[in-house]
Amino acid sequence: MNTDQWLGLITGVAFGFLLQKGRVLRFDKQVGAMMLNDMTILKFMLSAILVGMVGILLLSNAGIIKLSHKPMNLGAVLLGGSLFGAGWAIMGFCPGTSIGAIGEGRWHAIFAVIGMVAGAAVYAELYPFFNSTILAWKDFGKIALPETIGVSQWIIVPIFWVVAIAMFILFEKKKI
Amino acid sequence: MKLKTKDGGWSPYLAGVLLGILAVISVIATTKLLGKTHYLGASTTFVRAASLVENKIAPDHVASNKYFTETKVKVDWQFMLVFGIFLGALISSIIDKSFKIESVPPTWEEYFGPSIGKRAIGAFAGGIVAMVGARMADGCPSGHGLSGMMQLSASSFVALAMFFGVGVLVAGMFYKRRA
Repeated sequence: MNTDQWLGLITGVAFGFLLQKGRVLRFDKQVGAMMLNDMTILKFMLSAILVGMVGILLLSNAGIIKLSHKPMNLGAVLLGGSLFGAGWAIMGFCPGTSIGAIGEGRWHAIFAVIGMVAGAAVYAELYPFFNSTILAWKDFGKIALPETIGVSQWIIVPIFWVVAIAMFILFEKKKI
Repeated sequence: MKLKTKDGGWSPYLAGVLLGILAVISVIATTKLLGKTHYLGASTTFVRAASLVENKIAPDHVASNKYFTETKVKVDWQFMLVFGIFLGALISSIIDKSFKIESVPPTWEEYFGPSIGKRAIGAFAGGIVAMVGARMADGCPSGHGLSGMMQLSASSFVALAMFFGVGVLVAGMFYKRRA
């Protein structure tokens, strides 16, 4: 294995460890969030985002790392995001958590993994069609929210923190 | 705030904060050691896995497929990251004894009974739809939900809203008691 693969593996082990400790690998937690009765995965994700965004934006401003925005290809993000949401609700796992779920013994997640590999193959076959239709519709490019709406990132970040913490308080109050 | 849950897990806030720190360490490590900043993500690996499987059956077809050639068939940083998630979850669940062989998730069983076949069909069909969507949107809850949000990418705000919004709608229709 090369450095690339070793670093990926080590980071992945730590990632999987935290996903498992946070108990977010379970089908029940994922569907629970979508049925709005167990917000464990939202608490986990938002906490990670709150900390990660400050670190990553500071590092980027200091010129140490490069940001890598995904393209704001509007039709593709809207339709793709919807398809993902629909499939996610029924599958009860997302790509990363399905693999982790098998690790903690929930072997039925293998069906989700096989389905997603098949889905990737389907997408590869349909790619020329999507490329000339939905992907060609309205691509705004790799844009960041601050420049898109013309507001400094250091205004958006505190607002994000306040909203997230308000959500945490609500979740704890409702015991969800 | 409790740092441990009843079943020996960690508070999702604690685990989440640690994941945020890991994400920051990871971008520094990849930039310094690999010369290119890598962000946490998972769904591209499924494309690589699909191309590796298809390569066994029809290598010419894979070589001529535009999406596979653009994504590149290789076991890279993210591929090993995803494999590592499996190992990390295995290690963690064995240490705290939450490892459990489970054939059907408890919540699924409440609605659709103990049939493994039904769960397999649901997971497989949902998996196909979800992955087509993830590739179209160019990310999943890791790539868009975590990494994209941390960078304040405009597309990630839209993607995450669609993931959850449509997820909530479909889950509400799909999980109904059939008494």
